[in-house]
Amino acid sequence: MSHWIFTEEHQMFRKSVQKFVEKEILPHVEEWEQAGEVPRQLFRRCGELGYLGLKFPKEYGGAGADLVTEAVFIEELSKCGSGGVAAAIGAHANIAMTPVWKYGNEQQKRKYLEPAIRGEMITALGITEPNAGSDVAAIATTARREGDHYILNGSKMFITNGVHADYVCVAAKTDPSRGHRGISLFIVESKWPGFRVGKSLRKLGWRSSDTAELVFEDVRVPAENLLGEENQGFYYIMKNFQWERIWLALSSVALAEKALEDAIRYSQERTQFGRTLSQFQALRHKMVDMAVDLEKARHLTYYALYKYAQGEDAVIETTMAKAYAGEMVSRVTDMALQIHGGNGYMMEYPVQRYWRDARIQSIGGGTTQIMNEILVKRLGIVENQ
Amino acid sequence: MRKVIRKFVANEVAPYVEEWEEKGEFPREIVKRMGELGFLGLRYPEEVGGQGGDYFSVIVLAEEMARCGAGGFPMAIAVQTDMATPPILEFGTPDQIERFLKPAIRGEKLAAIGITEPNHGSDVASIQTRAVRDGDDWVINGSKTFITNGPRADFITMVVRTSDKPGYEGLSLFLVELDRPGVTISRKLDKVGMRSSDTAEIVFDHVRVPQENLLGEEGKGFYQIMWQLQGERLIGAAGAVGMAQYAYELARDYAKERKAFHRPLSQFQVVAHLLAEMATEIEAARHLTYAAAYRFARGEVPTKEISMAKLVAAQVAHWVADRALQIFGGYGYMMEYPIQRIWRDTRLYRIGGGTDEIMKEIIAKQMNI
Repeated sequence: MSHWIFTEEHQMFRKSVQKFVEKEILPHVEEWEQAGEVPRQLFRRCGELGYLGLKFPKEYGGAGADLVTEAVFIEELSKCGSGGVAAAIGAHANIAMTPVWKYGNEQQKRKYLEPAIRGEMITALGITEPNAGSDVAAIATTARREGDHYILNGSKMFITNGVHADYVCVAAKTDPSRGHRGISLFIVESKWPGFRVGKSLRKLGWRSSDTAELVFEDVRVPAENLLGEENQGFYYIMKNFQWERIWLALSSVALAEKALEDAIRYSQERTQFGRTLSQFQALRHKMVDMAVDLEKARHLTYYALYKYAQGEDAVIETTMAKAYAGEMVSRVTDMALQIHGGNGYMMEYPVQRYWRDARIQSIGGGTTQIMNEILVKRLGIVENQ
Repeated sequence: MRKVIRKFVANEVAPYVEEWEEKGEFPREIVKRMGELGFLGLRYPEEVGGQGGDYFSVIVLAEEMARCGAGGFPMAIAVQTDMATPPILEFGTPDQIERFLKPAIRGEKLAAIGITEPNHGSDVASIQTRAVRDGDDWVINGSKTFITNGPRADFITMVVRTSDKPGYEGLSLFLVELDRPGVTISRKLDKVGMRSSDTAEIVFDHVRVPQENLLGEEGKGFYQIMWQLQGERLIGAAGAVGMAQYAYELARDYAKERKAFHRPLSQFQVVAHLLAEMATEIEAARHLTYAAAYRFARGEVPTKEISMAKLVAAQVAHWVADRALQIFGGYGYMMEYPIQRIWRDTRLYRIGGGTDEIMKEIIAKQMNI
């Protein structure tokens, strides 16, 4: 897709990722969907190819490339047509590693960021809890200072990569009396005593991504594993959400594109009433509607990407992009399934997977309703008191 | 009667649905059980072993079955009561009623309806499965697909081509026992939803059936199946309304329990208004369906109204399930919670029994557009 945001270099990179996806991802998608996870080897392979450290500095083994380059990777990986595969790699490289890079000290970056960039360690972000999803400030996991450790107690829910992560960036209350102003971020290794993978969760979609409930029972976290400053965690999390929203918007657009391509192809092959489905005006116009819906989301997303990459405040743009693209992908995949008729209901055809995978995009990373709440404030619809 | 069925579903169906969904089929025993309880012949005359009730009896059954929390098993039962068997009562001989209808009503024989073929779904008039006259018999060759109950059905009410007359003119209906030589269940289909209902692709390879298995008049098959489809769509609409109602109740109850930002979700205006919209859409779909059912019960065949009811109920059911899933947030995405099953199951209503697009074609024609 040619757009002013992508240079020739970006497009060349795009082609190389496409080749990788075609050769090393596509043939395995079904198998990984059945297994409920991607192999650890995939992280190492992506690390080898430099895909996990695109935006990170060369001194840590990253590519030192711009955010648009990482966006290209996110798009092309998502076009494999499995939201789960994209989420496994994405949660690791694009979402969980970012706070380590942004707020970690030198020692933490050497110990945790570098191996993660190589794909030798897998990481996850742990914020959501069984009783605190939308309301991040209400998380109940505590980190109580005791000498040169913090004692971690609580649980996390819906953690992508949670089953196999080597370490998790955990949000916990270091000062439960101060609500969102008492949250800190910690790097917590999964091998430490008291860290339990409570449950590997069976999901409607994103099946090739392992998702877990995590339980912390008096986990002793060394003080040097505090990320950044104590009680600043909420602000780190909120800042990190910007890139996460862009990730979700980009992956939504890519998945919708894949679904539309499949639908067009099917409509040109399948005949009924003596003609191809693509010869029925109602269906043709439906596919146009899908394409236009997709373009609206794409341009909202690329503009948000552009502003964010420039270092500007892009909260409105990233939030709108995530909200719109997250809803759009469900509309488009739903119609793609409809165009496939009865075959769209068969597990044999990938369109049902696009449809199931799409459904999480308006929930994960903040529901559309929460995106709207943010926009209400940011658009000045509600005056800040 | 609604109370009785509700109790039955709550005690004898709902607790087992999870298991049947995993297995990909319901046990034969439950069909027999429903036959014994009279649930499979609610609106059939007592002379054929039915309960002698009116058409609304099956509307009630369809609505109540949905409360088991899955669409698959109720759909399988709807095929038995309102898709595969009504043509037998309407067009069948006393012998056919004896051999096929009565045992189906008793739950002793499982029935299937066979219209769709791999290359002919929406375009029913073009179906290719062929029955050729050979002495006192007919020899059938062809295949049917997406056949609910197909893997284990005892017989299938199917539409085949009996003459070389083009399009809809050369079609007839047959009753075919599925243990006849030449019948192969070539595939059990792996579906994204409706998983407690087992579905098959069936191949007919020189299957010989006697003349006595021809249902009604030769060459009238298209009109017969068009008539059959009206009942199929109406019962589908009723089931969809039932699923929508169940999904709405799940969401409403969850919204009142689940807290975020120190208050129940239902106290957020957006959520409260959404629930109100859901309830309103369900009522609209319900009354459209009831109005069509009222006329159908009086012996009319209001094709336009039935097509509209099917279209609306199907769309409302899946939309309500989708909004209900959203209300469940992250938990809506968990297989552990029933709402994702209702979301998957309701999706079929906009395709099976005639797609939304075909409903619109019919409505447009009925309105002389």
